[in-house]
Amino acid sequence: MRYLTDRKRAVGRGSARSGTQHMWFMHVSSIALAILIPFWVYIFGSALGQGHDQVLATFAKPFPSILTGLVLVVGMRHFAAGAQTMIEDYSHGATRHALVIGAISLSYAVMATGLYALVRIAL
Amino acid sequence: MVQFTLPKNSKVRTGKTWPKPAGKNVRKFQIYRWTPDDGENPRVDTYFVDMDTCGPMVLDALIKIKNEIDPTLTFRRSCREGICGSCAMNIDGINTLACIYGLDEVKGDVKIYPLPHMPVIRDLIPDLTHFYAQHASIMPWLETKTNRPAKEWRQSIEDRKKLDGLYECVMCASCSTSCPSYWWNGDKYLGPAALLHAYRWIIDSRDEATPERLDALEDPFKLYRCHTIMNCAKTCPKGLNPAKAISEIKKMMVERVV
Repeated sequence: MRYLTDRKRAVGRGSARSGTQHMWFMHVSSIALAILIPFWVYIFGSALGQGHDQVLATFAKPFPSILTGLVLVVGMRHFAAGAQTMIEDYSHGATRHALVIGAISLSYAVMATGLYALVRIAL
Repeated sequence: MVQFTLPKNSKVRTGKTWPKPAGKNVRKFQIYRWTPDDGENPRVDTYFVDMDTCGPMVLDALIKIKNEIDPTLTFRRSCREGICGSCAMNIDGINTLACIYGLDEVKGDVKIYPLPHMPVIRDLIPDLTHFYAQHASIMPWLETKTNRPAKEWRQSIEDRKKLDGLYECVMCASCSTSCPSYWWNGDKYLGPAALLHAYRWIIDSRDEATPERLDALEDPFKLYRCHTIMNCAKTCPKGLNPAKAISEIKKMMVERVV
């Protein structure tokens, strides 16, 4: 039981003065992914089922490798920001903090692993 | 974590079934009941109302039940014409005002619950203390810095028109209590009603506190918990669109940084 006034409870700790950049980033990255993903799916689909050497040759070309790099970076950053919002929606307290750290770590781990593999293939 | 099931002491059980009157035009009402006095779980009581002697609106039926069947049934009501916002409740799964919701709009039994996801004071009365405090926190009044004019703060007809679709809000809380974001984070998220009112003052040509108002709203929870689910616009008994007002605030926020 805390003897707070209703107004103090509603105001809380005030405004964090953030959120707009997050929303703007989500809008921009959504548009970018809407353009990138169809191209990437086409390239990935055309490489699917081919032999190991042919797949390596496909992703060693400049356009597919740069496109894949962009999908990894933009996609994973978009995932991290979106997952953070989702976690904030449905969890609270220490669970929220742990899940946000986990989602962001996962996204950067996937991004780093993908870029490492891409560099190994392309260079 | 979010609670997807009701706590043990909130599980709703079947309540009393009141006697059915004679007559052909009788309708069944299932109404949520809870009182803090007896320590019991909430229950749903069943009432039967002779529609030949009842008014056309849900509120008419509730008043008839209270007057003629069960005087302990508790609900808020005042103007009975959709102006005061007192009789907001969940009728047939929709948050609306009982006074302007016709019984002919409900198919089958009439199921009446309090506004969802709010603490209940008794029966159909939710505790709106936090909701009203959130409304107060957006400073719902004209803020000016210029010296007060001799007569009045003037406003053009075009600027006055911008307030249409905003000033009509009666603060019934139907929109906020229909919003999943408000259910899960109502302690921090201001909710559609408070944000619609915030926009009403931001867009008012006479108000001079726009920067302060936008600063106060720029927050991942206060404003950006709105995910444009649109339940607010769908349920508003006055036909307003709080989601559009919120998106207009977001647009103004973006214009400040990009």
